[in-house]
Amino acid sequence: MIRVGKQFDVLVVGAGPAGLAAAACASEQGARVGIVDDNPQLGGQIWRTGLGDVGAELADWSRRLISGGVEILSGARVFDGPRPDIVRAETDQGLLAIGYRKLVLATGARERFLPFPRWTLPNVMGAGALQAFVKSGFPIAGKRVVVAGTGPLLLAVAAYLRGKGAEIAMICEQASRASLATFSLSLLGHRQKIAQGLSLRKELAGVPFRTSCWPIAAAGNGVLKAVLISKGANFQKIDCDFLACGFHLVPNTELPALLGCRLRDGFVEVDRLQQTSMPGVYCAGEPTGIGGVELSVVEGQVAGLAAVGREDAAERLFGEGRKLRKFAHALERAFALRPELKSTCLPETIVCRCEDVTYARLKPYSSWRAAKLQSRCGMGPCQGRVCGPATEFLFGWAQDSVRPPVFPTRIESLVVSASEAEQPIVH
Amino acid sequence: MSEQIVSEQITVVVNGASVVVPIGATIAVAMALAGVPCRRSASGEPRGPLCAMGICFECRARIDGVPHRRSCQTLCSAGMQVSTDD
Repeated sequence: MIRVGKQFDVLVVGAGPAGLAAAACASEQGARVGIVDDNPQLGGQIWRTGLGDVGAELADWSRRLISGGVEILSGARVFDGPRPDIVRAETDQGLLAIGYRKLVLATGARERFLPFPRWTLPNVMGAGALQAFVKSGFPIAGKRVVVAGTGPLLLAVAAYLRGKGAEIAMICEQASRASLATFSLSLLGHRQKIAQGLSLRKELAGVPFRTSCWPIAAAGNGVLKAVLISKGANFQKIDCDFLACGFHLVPNTELPALLGCRLRDGFVEVDRLQQTSMPGVYCAGEPTGIGGVELSVVEGQVAGLAAVGREDAAERLFGEGRKLRKFAHALERAFALRPELKSTCLPETIVCRCEDVTYARLKPYSSWRAAKLQSRCGMGPCQGRVCGPATEFLFGWAQDSVRPPVFPTRIESLVVSASEAEQPIVH
Repeated sequence: MSEQIVSEQITVVVNGASVVVPIGATIAVAMALAGVPCRRSASGEPRGPLCAMGICFECRARIDGVPHRRSCQTLCSAGMQVSTDD
């Protein structure tokens, strides 16, 4: 089954905060707008809907999408862009070719995962991942959880899980207490963020919070039973049902890179109007720099307005964007990964989970490309999205260029893609 | 601040066994409730979801006959058949 012929003035890829804001703002100016996202529901990660529980911000933006007549294409994963005015997406029903005049890429971020012994055990998950899992219907009440890694997400996740009845055995933050103290100072002037911080402190009252602390190993037979965490030069064992462990965020730049957008220091380069190096292609939110939800919403609005020629309205948001970007830089400094995390792997520790490639097999190589060709690291279905950022940190390997499809795609879609690549799109 | 909707339950089948889940739950959740790992890795390790957002592919399973679907991004519907054999 092939469906061809969706056509929009502005197409937005990604229905998180940045994408929703872009789509709403563009549609309110009278443009015909579509928004495409691989998840079954709107909201992206941070505004993910729990069972029957839609957050206020998502509800507000959704109402604006609907009143603006935005066409919502959920459950559709964009995998290539065969022409500068078309992207193609795969759905459960088949292939969807989507034409556009302007494109806004709001592909978000994923968690950074770092390998440690036995991290492949079931119930070792990302921090945001466990939150998403619970929002997807998993009953966490009564389960004992260790939350570990780095970044402000850890506290938000711990508070959410506790609110759902989980017992938070400990929060382990790899950053030092001194880094966090400096970071707290940078919050001054951000009233909303101070309020969020105070609220989290209240929600997490009594939960052990340790800094300069990280997982050394997971333990269990077939499923997680305990976590070993660092304690100075020593370690401590904590029994738990889940380890929620994420080391801050990595931008999803695969699609922007595939479409020719220039990257700088791992992020998509944009001008003040969020336009990338490709004319008519905009990028907003985490792919342009990890800055959090408020900045994503600002950038999304700027991109949406700029895409329909309302630069004047977009410019009014620049001041807010600048302020939030300063905060993002402070965040990056405070939660920088400590070098000790490079030495938690044992030789037999799996680094590439798709192909079960161990640390010992990767160590002799000098580049990502050599490791890929010789060991199959990064050659599995995740296409290096998990092990790529990990090996970049562990070995300093730069990532390769991106090739289509940016996600594994059913063979039918690729065959259809090849035969239709030169056909004009049907309007 | 949020809109609460009463959720009801449905049944899906995981490796031949019925599992009751709330409406809106993903297949990944159904597999966890069934107590089965999502897949076996290349070296035979049991694996469960890592990212829960469609990136890592650890949760892939055969759903209604279609292999390698990401169970974390697939909502349960009544009577869905899930198997973890490939």
